[in-house]
Amino acid sequence: MSLARIQVPASAKRGEVIEVRIAIQHAMEAGFRYDNNGRTIPKNVINTLVARYNGTEVFRAELGSGISANPYLQFFMTAEASGDIEFSWVDDAGERGSERAAIVVVG
Amino acid sequence: MPTRRQFVHAAGTLAAASLLPLDVAAQSDPFAPLIADFTGGAPIKQGRVTLDIPELADNGNAVPLRVSVENDMSSASHVQRITILSEKNPRPVIGTFHLTPRNGRALISTRIRLNGAQRLMAIAQLSDGTYWSASADVIVTSSACWDES
Repeated sequence: MSLARIQVPASAKRGEVIEVRIAIQHAMEAGFRYDNNGRTIPKNVINTLVARYNGTEVFRAELGSGISANPYLQFFMTAEASGDIEFSWVDDAGERGSERAAIVVVG
Repeated sequence: MPTRRQFVHAAGTLAAASLLPLDVAAQSDPFAPLIADFTGGAPIKQGRVTLDIPELADNGNAVPLRVSVENDMSSASHVQRITILSEKNPRPVIGTFHLTPRNGRALISTRIRLNGAQRLMAIAQLSDGTYWSASADVIVTSSACWDES
C-alpha cells in the first residue's frame, strides 16, 4: 500500500478549471540497480494511474521507469459538481493503491 | 536475356536502395520507431506543443518537465494523448497521458529520470487525428544511475 497526497483547491466555482496534483510514495524501481548481493533489483514501477471525478475518468497516465521515484503528476480539470476525485494505481508487482480528495464546488 | 554481370549489378543496386534509407533513418533519428508506435504512421507537425524542461538539470533522477498544448479542450477538438519520448533512456517511452475535454486545459507536468544529456520529444494527439510535437535539449550533470554505481 503506498501513501499518496492529493492537492486540490479548497473550493472552486462551477465551471472553473482547477489544478490537481498528486504525489505517491513509491520507489519506481527501474530494474537497473543491484542489491548488496549483486542481484538485480527487479523492475517495479507504477504502470497505470487513473483519476476519476465523481466516477468518470478524467485523466489516465501510463508510466514507465523514466518517471522519478515518488511520482508527481499535475493536470487540470473542470470543476462541475461537488464530490470526490479518486486516484487509483497499480504497479508491476500487482500492488494497488488509491486515494481520494474532496472537490467543493460553490455557486 | 540479361547476362550474369547485369543481373548481379541490378540485384546489388536494388539491395542497396532498399537497405540504405532504413539504415540512415535508424541511425539519424532514434525517435522514428517510437513515433511510428505512437502515431501509427500518421504525419506529425511541429508546433502547438510546448515542452518546458530546464536547459541544465543538476539531478538526472528528478528533472521537472511540463508539456502544454495550444488547445481549448472543447469536445470538438481536444488533446487525447500526450507522450514523452527520450533519446537516451534505456526505456525511451517515459510516459503517456490520456486527457479528455473535462480537463479544460491541456497541460501536464511531472518529474522524470534522464540518462545523460539528450533530446526529449513530446507528441500530442488531437481528437481530429492530427499529431503535433515539440523537442527540447537538456544537459544533465548527474545522470540517473542506470548502471551499477
